[in-house]
Amino acid sequence: MARKLPMHRAISEAIAQEMERDPSVFVMGEDVGKYGGIFGATTGLLDKFGPERIKDTPISESAFFGGALGAASKGMRPIAELMFVDFFGVAMDQIYNHIAKVHYMSNGNVKLPLVITTAIGGGYNDAAQHSQTLYSIFAHVPGLKVVIPSNAYDAKGLMISAIRDDNPVMYFFHKGLLGIGWMPSPEEAATEVPEEPYSIPIGQAKVIREGKDITVVSVAKTLYEAKKAAEELENEGIDVEIIDLRSLVPLDKKTVVESVKKTGRLLVVDEDYLSYGMSGEIIASVSEEIGDQLKALPRRIAFPDVPIPYSRVLEQFTLPSADKIISTCKQMIK
Amino acid sequence: MSETGENLLLELYRTMYKIRTYEETLAKIYYEGKSPLFDISAGPIPGELHLSTGQESSAAGVCAHLKPEDGVVGTHRAHNFAIAKGVDLKKMTAEIFGKATGLSAGKGGHMHLFDPNVSFSCSGIVGASFPQGVGIGIAAKMQGKDYVSVAVGGEGAANQGTFHESLNLASLWKLPVIFVIEDNSWGISVPKDASTSVSKISERAKAYGIPGVSIDGKDVMAVYEVAKEAIDRARRGEGPTLIEVKVYRLRGHFEGDPQLYRPKEDLEEAKKNDPVLFAENQLLSKGIVSQEQLEGIKKDITDEINEAIDFARNSPYPEKEEALQNVFAGGE
Repeated sequence: MARKLPMHRAISEAIAQEMERDPSVFVMGEDVGKYGGIFGATTGLLDKFGPERIKDTPISESAFFGGALGAASKGMRPIAELMFVDFFGVAMDQIYNHIAKVHYMSNGNVKLPLVITTAIGGGYNDAAQHSQTLYSIFAHVPGLKVVIPSNAYDAKGLMISAIRDDNPVMYFFHKGLLGIGWMPSPEEAATEVPEEPYSIPIGQAKVIREGKDITVVSVAKTLYEAKKAAEELENEGIDVEIIDLRSLVPLDKKTVVESVKKTGRLLVVDEDYLSYGMSGEIIASVSEEIGDQLKALPRRIAFPDVPIPYSRVLEQFTLPSADKIISTCKQMIK
Repeated sequence: MSETGENLLLELYRTMYKIRTYEETLAKIYYEGKSPLFDISAGPIPGELHLSTGQESSAAGVCAHLKPEDGVVGTHRAHNFAIAKGVDLKKMTAEIFGKATGLSAGKGGHMHLFDPNVSFSCSGIVGASFPQGVGIGIAAKMQGKDYVSVAVGGEGAANQGTFHESLNLASLWKLPVIFVIEDNSWGISVPKDASTSVSKISERAKAYGIPGVSIDGKDVMAVYEVAKEAIDRARRGEGPTLIEVKVYRLRGHFEGDPQLYRPKEDLEEAKKNDPVLFAENQLLSKGIVSQEQLEGIKKDITDEINEAIDFARNSPYPEKEEALQNVFAGGE
C-alpha cells in the first residue's frame, strides 16, 4: 500500500532497497552516517548497513569523488554526496575531467556506474555560496547524466534508475522540496510512494498539468510556482500546460516540442542562472525544430546573472516566482 | 647475489630495456613529418608526447610484484608503468598513433591509456591519480579481495591537494594503496627545490601516520625491495605506504622541449644515474649474462617493439563517425 513520504525519505528508501539487492552499492560522503545526510537523503542507512557501506568521509571531495571513480572501475556502484552543489569547485577535476570522460576515452572499455547526489536551490537566505542551482554546468559536460526530481514518487524511481545505470548520474535534489525539518517544502512534494522498488526511466519528461494556451517548462521547485500561477491564470481564462523535465541529460525534447506544437507558446522557468544555461538550451532546441510555428516569441524566467543575495528582500526579488510567471504568460498571450 | 636474485635482476632489466627502447623508438618516429618546424599535430604520432626515459626503474621495481587485478593509476608520463604492468604493447602503440586498433580506438591517446584487462589507467591531469588509486583500494577492501592499487605521481603532483586528501583517506581507512612518487626533480621547468617544501616527500607520510620511504631509483633492485615490503603490507590489510623514488629525467618535459631552463650539469648527473645502464653493468660485471646473451635479449625485445610499431603503422584510422560513440554506456 502506498503511503505518503517526504522526498528525502523516498530517496533513502530507494538507496536502502538497492543496497539490499546489490552488495556493490555503497554510500560515501560528508555526514552521510549518523547524521543521515545533511539533507536527509541517507536517513537510517547507517543503522541498517553499518559504517563499511555507509562511509562518513573527511572533508575531502577530490579524494572521495576520485575514490568513487576508482571503486566504480573495479565493479562497485558508489553513491557519493557532494553536500551543496556550490562546493563542486574543490572536486570538479575528478567530476568533469575524469568521471565524465573515462568511458569515452576508454572507448567504452571502462564503465563508471556511480551516482553523485547534491543539494541545490535557494529561497532560504543562505546566500551566494549555499544557494545555487548550477545543474546546467554539469549538463554542459558530455558524459554525465543529470536528473532532478520534483516530488517523492519521482525521487524514488529516479534514484533506483540512477543506481542501476551503468553511467555516472548526477542526482540533484532541491533543498526546498525534501521535506526536512528546517526547510519548508510544498505539501505536494510529499507524495504517495509505493513500498516496492520501481524505476522511472532517465530522460523522460512529464506533463504535470495539461493546457492549451502556453507551455511552461521547468524542473524542481519552480514547478510549484508554475502550478500556483496556472491556477491563477485559469481564473483569467488562460490554460497553462506544465512540463516537469525531470532529466536534463538526456533531454526529452520530444515531449517539450509536442507540447509547444499544441500550445504555440513556450515559457521556460529556471532557478539556475539566466545566461548560457538550461533556459537557453530549451528555447534553442524548440526554436530549431518548430520556431516557425510559434504564436509568440519564446520567453524565460531565470535567476538573473548575479550571485544569490542574502537579504530576504533581495533574494525573493531575484528568484523566479508565481507572480513573474503570471505576468509573463499574460504578456505572451495578449 | 643468489640465483633467484640473478634471475630477478635480469627480469627487471628486460622490463626496463623494453621501456627504454620503446620510448627511444617513439621519440624518433615522433619527429617524422614534423620537419623543419615542430608541428604538434603532424606526423604519425600527433599531440604531445611525454617520455619516461630515465624513470624505468620505478615502474619495473614496483610492477614486478603486481598481478593483473592489482590496479595501477599512472600519470601523463606513464609508458613506463603501462609497459611494466603488462598493457598490450600493440594496442597501446596503436592508441598512441590514434588508430582504430588502439586500446581505446584512438579516443584516448598517449596520456589516456586504459587497459582494464590488466587494471591500468592514467590521466593527463597532475595529481588526479591519487584519489582514483584510493577508490581501487576501497573496492578491494569492500569486496574482501587482496588486490592492491598503485597510484603514481610526480614530485610536482605531491603538492596538489589530491595528494594530501588521498594519503589521509587511505591511512584513515587502512586501504591497500601504494603511493609512488617519481621524483625526477622537474615540474616542467620548475626545479623541486623551488616547488616543494621538504627535500624528501616521503617525510610527509609521517603526517598521515603511514610509512614513507625514499629510495634512489638508479638501482632497480632497491626499488624492488622497498616495493615488496609496501605491497606485502598492503595485501596483509595493514594499509598504505608512500614510496618516493628518485628518478632521472633524461629528456625534456615533452618531446620538442628545448629545456633552456635546465642546467647542463643536471642532465649530466641524470645520465650518470641511468638505471638501465646501471642494471646492464651489474648483469655483465657479475657474470649473470655474457655480452653475447645480452645482445640476444636486446634483439628479442627490439623485435617485439618493432612488431608493435608495424602493427600501429599498418592499422587503419577510426571511422569519423566513431567520434560520436561511447559517450554513455548502453548507447547514445
